[in-house]
Amino acid sequence: MRDRYSDLVNSRSGKTVAGMLGLPRPAKLRRYVPGQPLLVGAAVVKGVAGAPLLPEIRQVLASMAVPDVSDAATPDVATPDVATQDVVAAQASPSPAGPSLSRPSPSGSAPRLGAVVIDASAARVIEDLESLRAALAPCLRRLSPCARIVLVGTPPESLADPTAAATQRALDGIIRSVAKELRGGATANLIYAGQGPGAALESPLRFLLSARSAYVDGQVVRVAPADVRAPTDWSRPFAGQVVVVTGAARGIGASIVEIFARDGAHVICLDVPAAGEALARVANRVAGTALQVDITAADAGQRIAAHVAQRHDGRLDIMVHNAGITRDKLLVNTDAEWWGSVLGINLGAQLRLNEVLLDPELRGGLAEGGRIVSVSSLSGIAGNRGQASYAASKAGVIGMVQALAAQVADRGITVNAVAPGFIETEMTARIPLATRELGRRINSLGQGGQPVDVAETIAWLAQGASAGVTGQVVRVCGQSLLGA
Amino acid sequence: MSGNSAGPGAAVIVGGNRIPFARANGAYARASNQDMMIAALDGLVARFGMSGESVGEVAAGAVLKHSRDFNLTRESVLGSRLSHTTPAYDVQQACGTGLEAVVLVANKIALGQIDSGIAGGVDSASDAPIAVSDGLRHTLLASNRARTPMDRARALTGFRPGHLVPEIPRNSEPRTGLSMGEHQAITTAQWQVSRESQDVLAAASHHNLAAAYDRGFFDDLVTPYLGLVRDQNLRADTSVGKLALLTPVFGRGDDATMTAGNSTPLTDGASAVLLASPEWAAERQLPALARVVDAETAAVDYVNGDEGLLMAPAYAVSRLLARNGLSLQDFDYYEIHEAFASTVLVTLAAWQSEKFCHDRLGLDAPLGAIDRSKLNVNGSSLAAGHPFAATGGRIVASLAKQLSVKGSGRGLISICAAGGQGVVAILEAL
Repeated sequence: MRDRYSDLVNSRSGKTVAGMLGLPRPAKLRRYVPGQPLLVGAAVVKGVAGAPLLPEIRQVLASMAVPDVSDAATPDVATPDVATQDVVAAQASPSPAGPSLSRPSPSGSAPRLGAVVIDASAARVIEDLESLRAALAPCLRRLSPCARIVLVGTPPESLADPTAAATQRALDGIIRSVAKELRGGATANLIYAGQGPGAALESPLRFLLSARSAYVDGQVVRVAPADVRAPTDWSRPFAGQVVVVTGAARGIGASIVEIFARDGAHVICLDVPAAGEALARVANRVAGTALQVDITAADAGQRIAAHVAQRHDGRLDIMVHNAGITRDKLLVNTDAEWWGSVLGINLGAQLRLNEVLLDPELRGGLAEGGRIVSVSSLSGIAGNRGQASYAASKAGVIGMVQALAAQVADRGITVNAVAPGFIETEMTARIPLATRELGRRINSLGQGGQPVDVAETIAWLAQGASAGVTGQVVRVCGQSLLGA
Repeated sequence: MSGNSAGPGAAVIVGGNRIPFARANGAYARASNQDMMIAALDGLVARFGMSGESVGEVAAGAVLKHSRDFNLTRESVLGSRLSHTTPAYDVQQACGTGLEAVVLVANKIALGQIDSGIAGGVDSASDAPIAVSDGLRHTLLASNRARTPMDRARALTGFRPGHLVPEIPRNSEPRTGLSMGEHQAITTAQWQVSRESQDVLAAASHHNLAAAYDRGFFDDLVTPYLGLVRDQNLRADTSVGKLALLTPVFGRGDDATMTAGNSTPLTDGASAVLLASPEWAAERQLPALARVVDAETAAVDYVNGDEGLLMAPAYAVSRLLARNGLSLQDFDYYEIHEAFASTVLVTLAAWQSEKFCHDRLGLDAPLGAIDRSKLNVNGSSLAAGHPFAATGGRIVASLAKQLSVKGSGRGLISICAAGGQGVVAILEAL
């Protein structure tokens, strides 16, 4: 649905009035369009301490034709002894499109920055954090609208030394705070990259730098070394793949279908028979297939597998569990029927489908190296008054994802979840006005997300190149205050 | 012709789709034939992932048709997600339209003229064509032919207020003036079909259809439309006792046994069936549910002769069995369209009647009885409703799926039609 407040304060006259009154003005987020440049502006890549991942990060950026303005005269790797200087423009960069920044303009001809990537993975002592501050702070004044800050660290839990673990954990605090400090639709996220061959970094880096991650802000993603299958064409990572999307008839599900189809997949659109009319429209729009199945039926998994076996050589690459319902009521008033229907559809059905589709003997089950992505919710993390059943199911999804990821890791299958915050859908449009406005604004981007933001995140997790990301719950919430 | 039965050229049924059938002036009161046909086609396209693709042809039709719908099927294709390069034509054989369309497409596939096709049908009893009276039409046409304003004025003087009474389509036979129900009431009385046996058949139809919905049988046969998820006429909780309470609407005196409960209601709906050569289906990794074995159409003289209006299928089946060397008992499923409960019962009685089979069908022995547990196992028109041209597609797709689920066997389809006609066909599991 429309966010009329954002429309108003971003209109020509509304902008002036909002400025005079000091009203917050949510930025218009840049969203992915095939073929668009990765960034608005150039990128600065820096490192602190040893910065062993710098070459790989540079290579990723170079492969995406991003102008790198990290000044040659400035050491890439700052140490406490060598203060990092502000980088100086070495080349012209594309001028930023979109609304002007609310920050004061930087002096001189320094180019706007579309992204700042800092490899802090080798930071082990408190002094390294000063290097990080010194490297990052000057860049923050020069960000383009919807710029990207990405920090790369080492998982603190992998470090035995308390000082080293503390230093790495500090990155978490830094990125969450910087994300709240940024304006103009800019985001800041942290990748904790496990030790080992670093190729697994490319997929999260590409995602977090791109406009696909418009509503992913203040998040921490863990990536482990893995057997990564880089796509031949990053704009069509799912070419030749088959994906099943449940709850595909409307809202976020319909958007997931479109994103997978746009990126090359054949989409089997699944929903309950009663939703068949909308489902057929969604499927036909992307030349996908409509499959009317009630996922709570005892034979639902077999029916999906039979369909895949008949129509797609038995190869299912990706399973997206999106179907879900709400039956909101205070726990004190919830009866067994409502309780059971929410848990049955949102959680029980997923568990049963996974069990069937993960049977390696089943033709039409999930292929080796396949992907499972589930839709959780902020309610499952933060809880929500009147949503005990929904929160139970969505928290349960997180538990399922974490346990299952470990179970199927040896088959190259990853299992992840996204946890959407306030997303503008038919469902949230029905929330009473005051509650809705609150839900929309209490995040760092000052606005609700779009279904496509959830869909892009799911598609990222489902990529072959995301092999290093498993057992994760990625919030798509604009860094909501809820449950953070 | 030797019923090219199991020959390599035989067409297979890939699958079907229909919208739930609505009672007239119900859920689809504002939907046109074209709207509903497009919905049925789009659901079929979505089921088989064919958006933007073309098939050899689409053959479909409607019984009640507006004059603007002269090219209904082609216009429906153009409004659907099928490729605009898909040819289409209209078929009309009253209630036999849908099955006749299947036969046409299947035959072209068997002959190798096309490798795939869609057969369908649609009807709206709600959005019925209302025409101006012949008097007004003649007056307006005369005025249109006039060359001078004077001539035109003179032509218009032919207008009479009575011309304003519109022509509303009626469910009656043009040559007898009797409605189909009235015709069938005569046949019902002739064959002494009891009220109770009709109500038993009607109740079974509802119960079978409801059970099929409940076990998900229609999940890949029906796509909801305009908020309707199941057939609007379906009464899962009906019973012989409840049906017995209804007042007869056709027939007189003791012979008045036909009620609104054991006759099909006027209905709106559409259906479509995807047929193909086995090779075409295999190349696209599409299912092949059953094979179209053979078909036959018969007509009876109900105008001057003494045969009942809806008795033609009894003749058609007899000829079809003979041509294929089959007995009436060689089937696992029987789909006998329930125009009225008594139509089914009279047809079954006729096949058991030594006299009928000898005198009318020219057989030495009666065709015999069938196992009633194999009859209309997933419900039929009494429960689902009967949008005239859409019934054939409903039956063909459902029977093909039933045969595919069983994995073997043969099914017989029998559909009676206005004008004293009957279209029948044999499907066989693959």
